[in-house]
Amino acid sequence: MAILITEKTRVIVQGMSGRIGQFHAEDMIKHGTNVVGGVTPGRGGESLLDRPLFNTVREAVEATGAEASLVFVPPPFAADAIMEAADAGIKTAVCVTDGIPSQDMMKVKRFLKRYPADRKMRLVGPNCAGIISPGKGFMGIMPPHIYMPGRIGIVGRSGTLGYEAASQMKALGIGVSTSVGIGGDPINGSSFRDILELFEADPETDAVMMIGEIGGPQEAEAAIYARDHMTKPVVAYIAGLSAPKGRKMGHAGAIISAFGESAQEKVEILSAAGITIAPNPSAMGETMARVLSTRRAAA
Amino acid sequence: MDIHEYQAKEILARFGVPVPRGGLAYSPEQAGYRARELGGSAWVVKAQIHSGGRGAAGGVKLCRSEAEVQEFAATLFGRQLVTKQTDANGKGVYRLWVEGASDIKQELYLGFVLDRKSERIMIVASAHGGMEIEDLAENDPNSLRRMTIDPAVGLSEFQARELAFQLGLKGGQIAQMVNILKACYRAYRDLDAMMVEINPLVITGAGDLVALDAKMSFDTNALFRRPEIAELRDRSQEDPRESTAGDHGLAYVGLDGDIGCIINGAGLAMATMDMIKLAGGEPANFLDIGGGASPERVVRAFRTVLADRNVSVILVNIFAGINRCDWVAQGVVLAYRELGLTLPVVVRLAGTNVEEGRRIIDASGLPLITADTLEDAARKAVATRQKLAA
Repeated sequence: MAILITEKTRVIVQGMSGRIGQFHAEDMIKHGTNVVGGVTPGRGGESLLDRPLFNTVREAVEATGAEASLVFVPPPFAADAIMEAADAGIKTAVCVTDGIPSQDMMKVKRFLKRYPADRKMRLVGPNCAGIISPGKGFMGIMPPHIYMPGRIGIVGRSGTLGYEAASQMKALGIGVSTSVGIGGDPINGSSFRDILELFEADPETDAVMMIGEIGGPQEAEAAIYARDHMTKPVVAYIAGLSAPKGRKMGHAGAIISAFGESAQEKVEILSAAGITIAPNPSAMGETMARVLSTRRAAA
Repeated sequence: MDIHEYQAKEILARFGVPVPRGGLAYSPEQAGYRARELGGSAWVVKAQIHSGGRGAAGGVKLCRSEAEVQEFAATLFGRQLVTKQTDANGKGVYRLWVEGASDIKQELYLGFVLDRKSERIMIVASAHGGMEIEDLAENDPNSLRRMTIDPAVGLSEFQARELAFQLGLKGGQIAQMVNILKACYRAYRDLDAMMVEINPLVITGAGDLVALDAKMSFDTNALFRRPEIAELRDRSQEDPRESTAGDHGLAYVGLDGDIGCIINGAGLAMATMDMIKLAGGEPANFLDIGGGASPERVVRAFRTVLADRNVSVILVNIFAGINRCDWVAQGVVLAYRELGLTLPVVVRLAGTNVEEGRRIIDASGLPLITADTLEDAARKAVATRQKLAA
């Protein structure tokens, strides 16, 4: 089953006719993703990559039954595109765009709350690599060949560090159910906790690799959730042990500005919640392998 | 993006926050002239740099004569002011703000920030201002009042009033505080700020509220729609390497070590720095070359890293998704040729087009040290550095 995306999920791409949108849509189709169309205002009625283009998300949903949307829209217009998807009845939107103003995201988060739970859209990102259920489908910009299908969930802020984790696990014969990039922005659609909840409920996921970094309160919130509600083991790595305070490390959200936001403090909070810590970024795979074999021995 | 105190005061005054009268000076003579223009018998001369802690660093002084204003100004201009918040190089003083001295009865703290937990704008206030918020949070946490603002409604009058009462304000001060809070909120919202801070917000002898110091920083992602704010950027206050790198699409942060890093992705860059540290080395920088990096951008990254004289080894670590290993490899080879590189370079490539990338590196005949994994790369970089030092 995996989470968020399977081979059946009907996906549209907002901004598919752009250079980057088209490039990645093509890659998604090549790897089996069920891309049913694209949205570019003004290009409705045309077709691209053998898929129909629509003027609005609503038209695309009505014509194709799309449930998920990948948003490849430039920063000034991305928040609007996300809200359009939510209003059109899309269930899951993934936004790759980097550079959306914070106040736009504040509005997006507020806007999403106006819908009742059963038709509320889940947003992943922005500024993320996307989501992939290996062998089934993906929405995003990741290189799909580095993932081996399997039963471990990955959730992380950083795209490249997620690739690193997947390839370390693959080298040890450990596969991935779904990998989710939640993005490096201070305000994002889904938090670590949101994704942990999905993995906990997914019968095809046995354990979760969580990759956090300096800045923000989401790792601590996830730690409390894992301690109180999770039966599946979680392994975590937190990037930025060597990052100085008050300096922004690439990601808009990667800045230590409050108590509990340094890598060291996050590691302590996570360990205290019973989460196994990968001591360094090269040990993500082997730490997961060790946790899995301990589990198996105990069972 | 940060701006100067005087610019923040001008902006906030436009929105209705009361600020003391003052004038900007680019020379000691002009500073003296400003004092005369303002009149009175005492002035505060304040170095304009993008950092807090200016007072303790000797960048602010109360002067009692025009001559004293000029004299103090002369000591400040062109100086690198080192504060608790700057690095050891400090920040250059090229502008001064001269202000009539205020009669201070009480100092309050007022800040507007983006609260990541509630994902809203949050007001933080305290009746005990004057010290930095970090110290306040540590020494006097109970004095802090917090309030979040619903973005769909904005700051309500009742919220502002409530906060004014919590701070112990009385009589006409309540209405003054409500106006200040609403003005700051509007400035924050309308200009895409990330932070507005008035510290101290003082109560004068006459019982009025005045913003004695002000700080604002802005969301760089929103500058495209705030050209009037983008204009306030002052490059003299930035690390020249960081701003030049930024102009070329590279996220760069200079650090104290000697292993130069060229990496894709912020997370992987931080992780690689961690790994270098664990292997016994010190990273010279954070550098993310971003997605879709061309060979030219890789050369630019080398140029940026090499501008740091401390660098003795360069570590290239790429896990390509949206990037291509072959382009990065071409960039490394190009950098060797164009920059006449003599430093050892450790290269680790993985992901999209990795075979082609490795082939280019192998075929180049250059003395590049290749590594397979992140750990391998960090170990080799540190070992190479130690060999050089020995």
